[in-house]
Amino acid sequence: MASVTLQNLTKTYAGGALRAVSDLSLEIEDGEFLVLVGPSGCGKSTALRMIAGLEEISDGAVWIGDEFVNDVHPKDRDIAMVFQSYALYPHMSVYDNIAFPLQIAKMPRDEIDRRVQEAARILELETYLKRRPGQLSGGQRQRVAMGRAIVRKPSVFLMDEPLSNLDAKLRVQMRAEIASLQHRLGVTTVYVTHDQVEAMTMGHRVALLKDGVLQQVDTPSNIYNKPRNTFVAAFIGSPTMNLYWAELEGQGDTVCVRLGSHLLKMPARSRAEHGGLSRYAGKRIIVGIRPEDIVEASTIVNADPADCITAQVSLVEALGSDVIVHLGIDAEAAEVRSSDSLDEIKVEAGKSRCVARFTAKSNVRLGQTVTVRLDTERMHYFDGETGLSIDG
Amino acid sequence: MATVKTYDPEMLRAERRRRENLRRLKGLGLHILLIAILGVMLYPVIWMVLSALRPEAEIFGDMGFIPTTWTLDNFVRGWQLYGDLTFTRFYINSFIICALAIVGNLIACSMAAYAFARLEFRGKWFLFAIMLGTMMLPVHVQLIPQYIFFLNIGWVNTILPLIVPKFLAHDAFFIFLMVQFMRSLPNELEQAAVVDGASYWQRYWRIILPLSMPALATTAVFTFINTYNDFFSQLIYLTDTDRMTVPVALRLFLDPSGGSSSFGGLFAMVLVSIGPVLGFFLASQRLLTKGIATQGFK
Repeated sequence: MASVTLQNLTKTYAGGALRAVSDLSLEIEDGEFLVLVGPSGCGKSTALRMIAGLEEISDGAVWIGDEFVNDVHPKDRDIAMVFQSYALYPHMSVYDNIAFPLQIAKMPRDEIDRRVQEAARILELETYLKRRPGQLSGGQRQRVAMGRAIVRKPSVFLMDEPLSNLDAKLRVQMRAEIASLQHRLGVTTVYVTHDQVEAMTMGHRVALLKDGVLQQVDTPSNIYNKPRNTFVAAFIGSPTMNLYWAELEGQGDTVCVRLGSHLLKMPARSRAEHGGLSRYAGKRIIVGIRPEDIVEASTIVNADPADCITAQVSLVEALGSDVIVHLGIDAEAAEVRSSDSLDEIKVEAGKSRCVARFTAKSNVRLGQTVTVRLDTERMHYFDGETGLSIDG
Repeated sequence: MATVKTYDPEMLRAERRRRENLRRLKGLGLHILLIAILGVMLYPVIWMVLSALRPEAEIFGDMGFIPTTWTLDNFVRGWQLYGDLTFTRFYINSFIICALAIVGNLIACSMAAYAFARLEFRGKWFLFAIMLGTMMLPVHVQLIPQYIFFLNIGWVNTILPLIVPKFLAHDAFFIFLMVQFMRSLPNELEQAAVVDGASYWQRYWRIILPLSMPALATTAVFTFINTYNDFFSQLIYLTDTDRMTVPVALRLFLDPSGGSSSFGGLFAMVLVSIGPVLGFFLASQRLLTKGIATQGFK
């Protein structure tokens, strides 16, 4: 096992004109499961390939354990990599695929056999050892790729979107299997994905990249509850966080947030948590509110009318476990584009989209006007110019 | 008010029958035409087969298409060309050259192709362009300098001029064919092997080569056919009669000075000589078409 340290890791193309990864610095602890997440083209795979040694490093440094590995050949880095396409050798049996790195290392035959059998037992592949990859299902192939990685007992696992070729159901299953395997083996793992659900459920920590620049690295819970900027806020969470332009208005001891025509009272707890807001009095800021923090007022006893707004329903998506409701509100949406942007779905003219998550019991209908309560204690506040979170 | 829609089923059936008859008539006409063209194409081959099976004197003496007497005499006489020199020797010579040429081409062209397809080195594209350029050079331009070169190093009248170039990746077409094939193999396979610790040689030998089987099969089949049928270079480099190969030996049946030529023996041995090419082609047809289809070469 080993830690992985990235220091100002940079990858440029076209003589420096194109920066795929910019000054990426990360400290991945021994035995940690770190997920690199971000939209397509954000540089996460490039960063992983630089750790693997498959991509030349333009600038910065990579350490695996205490060894500076910038110029170390991939085979000498003591890493194992699982590729998006699994990269199984189609002409070899499952046994030979798993045994390949050991054969290359010229390990004694009985030791190879012992290790392959052990890996096959862990991954429940014993009955498939004589088959070729082409005769296996997607999930089984994925397991063989994992087998090839664990059989070497490397210090670091590198995984490049290993679940993206699986169907949704199998993905959920393999997600749990990989996480539990990593937990059992305790091998430091760097896992690349564009799927935020994988990022949130698998990693000890999540590092979010955008255009090659690290946006935030933190525990899944902190990434979700305390996003550092509007990009993180909009990227993590599905449906995405609602972000609007707003103004802070002070009336004596009371601070209110003007959201379109609505004036929402800011709770004392929020004011204490977001002490920095005092500098923004009278300025335009961006407020964010997660769909689950918007609830039907009729389901709450004594809902404070000051926290409520009335809006028309423009779309209802019943998911069984809950209901996603699209409302049109008269606040100005902040222009933060995320991968799952819903801008294509129309709302009433002059209104902005607001997505809420209601309980499955809700029976709102398309076109209906509903009163919803915004949980102002859980609202997020961002600087209007920089997009950075406003906190203490 | 809705209109009542009616149709005459009998009329529909009659129309369908008329169209069917017309289609059959067209098909018949087309087939007659194709069979006639096929007959014209096959006539020389059939004539040769029948000539090999009739007595020598009858070949040009009797104008009839079907022999009056059937005989296998031409095959027996043809095989025992003269004295101890039989076609067994020529076949052995041909097969030795073919086998070595195939081995040479498979090893050398695949290694050169791997370098061009997968490795990064200075001047790669320049060398690749030069290699492609050699494909456009007519054989006849190279003939005399090559012959003088081989003569000077004492290789004339040995099989070396026919074999050694194959071990030096001399056939640019096969290199190009394999480069194209290897480029189509996923990069990730080789990267996985890099991470697994495989050297260049191990990647080539254990990953790329087995996966290039269709391209290798295509190369083997075409090398066999080309070498087996290669009359010209075998004629100029192999001068001793007992070193001759099948296509060169076939020439011995004819006397260009106007003496006696044995056309019966010639036709019989030509017929026999088609066998290996046909057999090799049929045996590897599946791999060959796969290789050609993968490369988009038609």
